[in-house]
Amino acid sequence: MTMTPRRRRLYWVLGILAGVALAGTLALQAFRSNVTFFFDPTQVSAGAVKSGQRFRLGGMVEKGSLVRQAGQLEVRFAVTDFKSTVKVRYTGVLPDLFREGAGVVAHGRLNTDGEFIADEVLAKHDEKYMPPEVARSLKKGEPRSGN
Amino acid sequence: MIPEIGHFALILALLLALVQAGFGLLGPRSGQPRYVEAIPFAVAGQFVFTALAMGCLVTSFVQYDFSVKYVAENSNSALPLFYRISALWGAHEGSLLLWIFVLSVWTVAVTIKSRSLPQSFMARVLGILGLLSVGFLLFTLATSNPFLRLDPAVPDGRDLNPVLQDFALAIHPPMLYTGYVGLSVAFAFACAAMIEGKLDQTWARWTRPWTTLAWSFLTAGIALGSWWAYYELGWGGFWFWDPVENASFMPWLVSTALIHSLAVTDKRGLFKSWTLLLAICGFSLSLLGTFLVRSGVLVSVHSFAADPTRGIFILAFLVLVIGGALALYAWRAPLLKSQAGFEITSRESFLLFNNILLVIAAAVIFGGTMAPMVSDALGQGALSVGPQYFNPSFLLPVLPLLALLSVGMHAGWKRGNLARVRRPVLGTLALAVALSVAVCFGAYDFDAVLMPVGVALGIWIALSALVDPIDRLRRGLSLPAGILGMSVAHIGLALLTIGITVVQSATKELDTAVAIGSSAKLGAYQFRFDSTKAMEGPNYSALQAQVTVLHGGKVAAVLAPQKRSYWVQQSPMTEAAISARWDRDLFAAMGEDLGNKTWSLRLQVRPLIQFVWFGALIMMIGGIISGLDRRYRVPKEARDVELVAGAAAAGPAA
Repeated sequence: MTMTPRRRRLYWVLGILAGVALAGTLALQAFRSNVTFFFDPTQVSAGAVKSGQRFRLGGMVEKGSLVRQAGQLEVRFAVTDFKSTVKVRYTGVLPDLFREGAGVVAHGRLNTDGEFIADEVLAKHDEKYMPPEVARSLKKGEPRSGN
Repeated sequence: MIPEIGHFALILALLLALVQAGFGLLGPRSGQPRYVEAIPFAVAGQFVFTALAMGCLVTSFVQYDFSVKYVAENSNSALPLFYRISALWGAHEGSLLLWIFVLSVWTVAVTIKSRSLPQSFMARVLGILGLLSVGFLLFTLATSNPFLRLDPAVPDGRDLNPVLQDFALAIHPPMLYTGYVGLSVAFAFACAAMIEGKLDQTWARWTRPWTTLAWSFLTAGIALGSWWAYYELGWGGFWFWDPVENASFMPWLVSTALIHSLAVTDKRGLFKSWTLLLAICGFSLSLLGTFLVRSGVLVSVHSFAADPTRGIFILAFLVLVIGGALALYAWRAPLLKSQAGFEITSRESFLLFNNILLVIAAAVIFGGTMAPMVSDALGQGALSVGPQYFNPSFLLPVLPLLALLSVGMHAGWKRGNLARVRRPVLGTLALAVALSVAVCFGAYDFDAVLMPVGVALGIWIALSALVDPIDRLRRGLSLPAGILGMSVAHIGLALLTIGITVVQSATKELDTAVAIGSSAKLGAYQFRFDSTKAMEGPNYSALQAQVTVLHGGKVAAVLAPQKRSYWVQQSPMTEAAISARWDRDLFAAMGEDLGNKTWSLRLQVRPLIQFVWFGALIMMIGGIISGLDRRYRVPKEARDVELVAGAAAAGPAA
């Protein structure tokens, strides 16, 4: 069987295309199953999140909601958008800029009681900074008086 | 007065950049040599004025001139001198000034080093660089002037962001920018070649050292940023697939591909249009990086500003530069056909694979980085893409890349005869597998399949990179800097691979509550929380803990992590403590006071993480060795040879 240069080049191109297509498919697959969406407390309360789905919850840490038993790592707080609130439970070190009344984004899942079990909590480095999604969802949630 | 001088100097620099761009692009057409001859003066003047502007801003910082808005926002009377200087690039406006200055330095270097290249070609290269300079100067003057005054002046400044008060971060932006902006040289060479419609092997030889040097700086810049994030941010990792990290990593991947494709164009005259495309993409990605970081569209630690006019300006500039270059490419690249062919087992085809895989890796990261923006713009909801996507998708092209590298290093140009190199390939592979198994089973209780694979690939690359230099030395051949640099860089990559693999699979980490006097166990180490005490720094007060780490009953390290509170910005900051040794890092950071004399602590044991930093450092050194190879200074040498020949001819006569 002879391989003319043209035919060989054809195999080459086909091989590369197949490789690229395979890589693309796998990457897309990884992308689909690993993307996390952002929800605000109102959406969560309305049941917009599928059960067991990992997502990001963002809003403000409700004032006076932070509870911790002395000496325990586990902490509970509530995230609010001034319309609804979601209770959050987290076991781990909180970021430096985490505080009541400040913006926060938590990654995790809802448990069966509608409590959000966070595995990662983020507060950004600038105290004036608010994650854009949080800012937008708070703007939607106006009026914010009464809180 | 000083800020006004700086402002004025920037305006003059803009005028000179316009001259440089105009004369550079139109001069060669006009047929009047005086236009082209004037360009170096414009370049020199622009350098003087941008340096002056830098000097003025530094002076304002050093002299505590809080009537300058930028100084007032990023400095404070208690800030140490070193950070007052590095505060220059601590925020948006100053970073742009730094960018412009770095571009000016590269332009001067190109002007000096390439005097002997054809005049019209050099004029066009400098013209393109001038255009880029015009864009950035306009942007700075119109939207981000660092010399604006504050009326009335404030008595004291708001201080530099505490996380930026750090040595590695003080030198990270200049390094990274030197790399980013350095890619503009390859871009300008590519555009000039397309305008001239002529691209030969000598073109590749001229472009190679610039690209390699820019790549070296980029490598160092990324590594410094990663090192900083590791020990300063206290998140306890070295790579987070943060959009801004990705923004610097994509141009790195593409410029790595460019270096290899330039090698083929240089040696064999192939891959011409592909090389051009990579040169355009590499620089476009560094511009895109600037856009991503500066426009505030991305959620990140790095996003300084969220000013929409800035975003729109950068976007317009981006479209103009990338669109223009790609249009030029579409129009001109078909003229630059390559003639020769090559066999499937030749070095060319291995380098082709290298390029394809690197570009796929860059594309995968591009997709993950842009997806949140696209989804947001289309109203599909705010999504975020994390390591769960990036890690596997990145490994997919990179594992074959690393495996093919060891084989490709032995393949010859044009006609690779794999049968002839079977011995070194299989020999090094067998040795690598044996060593990897020994290391993984002996030193670490591994549970990840990827660990022995990654370590074996790393060792295989290191051994393969040694084969050629050793062979040359044994046969008494010379070892050119280009080849030496390549081997060194590949050994750096090998260390990096081993380091990343082991860190990723054998790290132990724990967030835990520990009472003073008790301890927590992590792997073979015991972290004992001894005490806390209050202390003060130059511009902060802190609570410092003492954590003694025990290993087999003996003290392995005493760590002193801090919780700092900076006086001006009032923000708490965690200062992690790390005990570094060649084979492992012990890490402790303080969380919060949980009451009952108990604190939350973040504890980590990271084996071989030093390999990551040293691997990157060695890669950079390899790049520099290679970029300084005398072979690339062809025109000058050719001139020297002529002189020598002339002297020899004159000699006997005298």
